[in-house]
Amino acid sequence: MSTVKDTSEKTTVNTDFETRSLDAQCVNNMEETQPSWHLVKYVLMGILFGIILVKSEVVSWFRIQEMFRLQSFHMFGVIGSAVVVGMISVLLIKKLGIKTIYGEKIVIPDKTFNKGQIYGGLLFGFGWAMTGACPGPLFAQLGSGFTVISITILSAIAGTWVYGYLRDKLPS
Amino acid sequence: MQEIMDWIRQPWPWYVAGPLIGLTVPLLLILGNRTFGISSSLRHVCAACIPANVSFFKYDWKKESWNLLFVSGVLLGGVVTALFLDDPNPVQVAPALLEELSGYGITDYSSLVPADVFNWPALLTLRGFILMVVGGFLVGFGTRYAGGCTSGHAIMGLSSLQWPSLVATCSFMAGGFIMANLILPIIMKL
Repeated sequence: MSTVKDTSEKTTVNTDFETRSLDAQCVNNMEETQPSWHLVKYVLMGILFGIILVKSEVVSWFRIQEMFRLQSFHMFGVIGSAVVVGMISVLLIKKLGIKTIYGEKIVIPDKTFNKGQIYGGLLFGFGWAMTGACPGPLFAQLGSGFTVISITILSAIAGTWVYGYLRDKLPS
Repeated sequence: MQEIMDWIRQPWPWYVAGPLIGLTVPLLLILGNRTFGISSSLRHVCAACIPANVSFFKYDWKKESWNLLFVSGVLLGGVVTALFLDDPNPVQVAPALLEELSGYGITDYSSLVPADVFNWPALLTLRGFILMVVGGFLVGFGTRYAGGCTSGHAIMGLSSLQWPSLVATCSFMAGGFIMANLILPIIMKL
């Protein structure tokens, strides 16, 4: 934990700049200016988020199958209302110029279009319907006691690695 | 108190869970200027553990440690729910799905993941291997190729009116519809 602050102070060459332009939606590129114990808030937010995912059955393989067969409104309701609330929040943050609790200006990096959003999106869709989980729910499934999902997560990490390795050769 | 706990233990309706998930967006922005996204954590794990001189993994992942902490929290959230907030009733499933799944030998509706398919011994069967290992690989490969998953694109991206995220979200859904309706019936019968 303490290394977080140390590295941000030591780093003189902004290596993140490159990765950020390569893949804007991935790297937030924010300096960790607060003491590292402040990072505890992310664990707490994660716990709440995990509880919501499990209790709303978003982590359920069955709910995902219903969604992709148009047999239930539940998942569309969850994602749809989450987007509406998120949209209103972002609009308010922008309109009212709301700052972070540390007084920083809130920045939301723009995403640029590339064909990966189509090809990768389709491949992820396949995986989503097979595993019945997107990345967040995979972690929540493991936590709720499905130890075998650790293999699915390791496989997802392998998939991410292979993407990184083949990145330059893939159409984008 | 008992009544409140009983209420919490039931499955939550979409109009409770959806808005709460949506609130993660402003919460992360206001508490730390972070844009919501979960699949990046898989990239950070690669960068931390097996960068192997691949340029895509050569960045200071420690600056993104918040993301890894968030997913550890999601895992802990699963533990907390299983320990304290578990719903003892079987999962309610749409009748049409119930009928289809019974044809694949799925009879266990005691938990959110079908234990008939997702278990350790099943890893050694063709069906289990395809669903868990190949499926997981596609989740990792696809989300990174697309630059995000349901959280980063569908929720964060659409919330901030990013049109590439709309393209990605439509592609996720198209992929899911194709898999669930056309390919999965074949895999499930293996």
